[in-house]
Amino acid sequence: MNVILIAVIVLGAIGLVAALILFLAAKKFAVHEDERIALVQEQLPGANCGGCGFPGCAGFAGACVKAADKGSLEGLLCPVGGQPVMEKVAGILGMQAEASAPKVAVVRCNGTCESRPRIAEFDGARSCRVQQMLGSGETACAYGCLGCGDCVAACQFDAIHMNPETGLPEVDEEKCTACGACSKACPRGIIEIRLKGLKNRRVVVLCNNKDKGAQTRKACSVGCIACQKCVKVCKFEAITVANNLAYIDAEKCKLCRKCEDECPQNAILSFNFPPRKPKAEGTPAASTSTTAAKTASAGIKPVAVEAKPVAVEAKPVVAKPAASEATAPAGATTDNPKVEPAKEQEA
Amino acid sequence: MKTFHIGGVHPAENKLSAASPIRIAAIPKQAVFSMFQHIGAPAVPVVKKGDEVKVGTLLGEAGKGLSVPVFSSVSGKVSKVDAVLDSSGTRRMAVVVDVEGDEWEETIDRSDKLVTFKDLGGITSAEVVNRIKAAGIVGMGGATFPTGVKLMPPPGTKAEAIIVNAVECEPYLTADHRLMLEKPEQILVGIQLIKHAVNCPKAYIGIEMNKPDAIQLLQNLLKEKAAQYPGIEVVPLKVKYPQGGEKQLIDAVIGRQVPAPPALPINVGAIVQNVGTVYAIYEAVTKNKPLIERIITVTGKSVAQPSNFLARIGTPMQQLIDEAGGLPEDTGKIIGGGPMMGRALMSLEVPVTKGSSGLLLMTAKESRRGEVSPCIRCAKCVSACPMGLEPYLLASYTRLKDWDGCEKNDVTSCIECGSCAFTCPSNRPLLDNIRVAKQTVMGIIKARHMESISKK
Repeated sequence: MNVILIAVIVLGAIGLVAALILFLAAKKFAVHEDERIALVQEQLPGANCGGCGFPGCAGFAGACVKAADKGSLEGLLCPVGGQPVMEKVAGILGMQAEASAPKVAVVRCNGTCESRPRIAEFDGARSCRVQQMLGSGETACAYGCLGCGDCVAACQFDAIHMNPETGLPEVDEEKCTACGACSKACPRGIIEIRLKGLKNRRVVVLCNNKDKGAQTRKACSVGCIACQKCVKVCKFEAITVANNLAYIDAEKCKLCRKCEDECPQNAILSFNFPPRKPKAEGTPAASTSTTAAKTASAGIKPVAVEAKPVAVEAKPVVAKPAASEATAPAGATTDNPKVEPAKEQEA
Repeated sequence: MKTFHIGGVHPAENKLSAASPIRIAAIPKQAVFSMFQHIGAPAVPVVKKGDEVKVGTLLGEAGKGLSVPVFSSVSGKVSKVDAVLDSSGTRRMAVVVDVEGDEWEETIDRSDKLVTFKDLGGITSAEVVNRIKAAGIVGMGGATFPTGVKLMPPPGTKAEAIIVNAVECEPYLTADHRLMLEKPEQILVGIQLIKHAVNCPKAYIGIEMNKPDAIQLLQNLLKEKAAQYPGIEVVPLKVKYPQGGEKQLIDAVIGRQVPAPPALPINVGAIVQNVGTVYAIYEAVTKNKPLIERIITVTGKSVAQPSNFLARIGTPMQQLIDEAGGLPEDTGKIIGGGPMMGRALMSLEVPVTKGSSGLLLMTAKESRRGEVSPCIRCAKCVSACPMGLEPYLLASYTRLKDWDGCEKNDVTSCIECGSCAFTCPSNRPLLDNIRVAKQTVMGIIKARHMESISKK
């Protein structure tokens, strides 16, 4: 009996001493975390995608609180949550949220299987990065999409998928959060995080080829040849040509779509515009447009409204319906190099 | 029998062209001289469209830093100076010359007469290095590292052994083998010049046992003229890939291990030169001939006449294939270099460059990779890796994008020999992944280095 009593007393005493030590240690080494960080983090989507440029949502919340202490939330944006989340965050921190326009990932390559013939075959590891390192890819374009889907693997939101028909990735605008993971994963830097635009409407140069015009033309029938026509037709100085490639500044673009009509290569496309009225019958070869067949689209994928190609004598490229009708490559693109044996490394 | 100690594989040798003597390839109608034929900064073109050039005329001078000049191997008119498709399919600066006749610069001695070391009189070692640099010589085994730089040991190091790389461990290739059989004395003089340049008394020629005729020939020659060529020794080596790797060869011949990067072979007192480079050095120093031609093997199982060509640099590959009997119908892949480390060509218009050691035409059947299946943890890749790495682990880290893990496991030591992928029973693309990791980790290390510099 005595033994049991002693054991209980001793153990109880040890327990009390240990508890006291723990209590003091907890007081002494307590980490004071700003409670606002936890509050901010609660508002964030919790995707930990890194699209904001910080390591995960906790990192972003910490950065927001720090920035708020300095007096401004400038430059901080959760691309996934967008404006609504940033307003809530600003509310918690007693700040004003910066106005930010929503963005979306845009794949700047339209080199489909039809428009960009394969000249080689890659049978190494199915990865764009591996392919980029070993050579110029399966087509003659050293700047276009490699088609192995590194961007698809990088997306955490199931927002980008390969289209087996075109061999190109397509962005689901509803799901895309503009976190930029695909853009970072692409070894060729094709994917741009771009302003979503008014009513989601955008006009984009869907090409990344920095070769000279003649070389681009050989590689792809819808590549930008840097002819400057779009630059001349643009009244808003939104288009610049650098490194043999046109680029439309989304902030300056007023969505007039004149450049789209003017582009002889059909490299400029517009998204989410209502279908255009078909051109009046009987004047198909009007000097203004060669592109009746290529305009307008409902989603990201350009879909032909009018499947009638309209050719103009002066222009070498025939507008091509994007539908499945197999059109032979137009004059300028027929001299593609003959099919060469597979490329790749090692036996 | 000597060989290196870690890993290695033994692929089928397939030295189909070993018995065919070196043929002189026809002068092309148009020659393309890339400014990117070596490791380091590209050469800078010094000619313009319309300029008349002769064989041996300078086309591009060495760029800043690590670089070498490029010379014309033909005479004619420069038709353009522009970006031209290279073997990997990217466009790079090159000089294109339309060939007219075959006129040589007068400074080049075109005679076949052997010039011995004694004939050169008291040539200084600095002069030898200068001539090598001026001739635009690079490592001709395929790595294309500027030779002149290799022959100037950094302060604090001393060359104790010259090792001539005559291993030619890549299957199919026979260019070095034929060169040794046909120009043995020139090679020995070349070795003397290197010894003189770096003031090193001892030189070894490492040759694999699958070239017994070359071993015999050189050994006899050294025995006969022992007084003329002192301090040179032929070292027969067991046939094993990748014995031609610099670090493997040093291990095999003198039994020293080169530490992990950034250590260089010179840190263990070794300078390794390919036998083709040695011949180029001989020609540059004694004949004043810049690097304008090289020996290239054109081979493959269905090639009509597997051959060794002495081709002018800039000759289109298509022409060499035609001379070897044309492109076989069942060709599936055309590889520049050997089957293990070579790279598939995107086009046959690409020219012979300073580093083109071979052209391998593989049939469609043998060029196919097998179906990839899961890793069975057999560790064959680990025992095959000549650098003692764990390829399966590095490939997994790459898939997980764990670059720290890759760095800790010495991915930068990888010599990209492909033994791991060759030996993998599951056909896993190990080297593809490791290359990605190596490139990324090297980028990270460089960025870190730049950051530490800017902080200071």
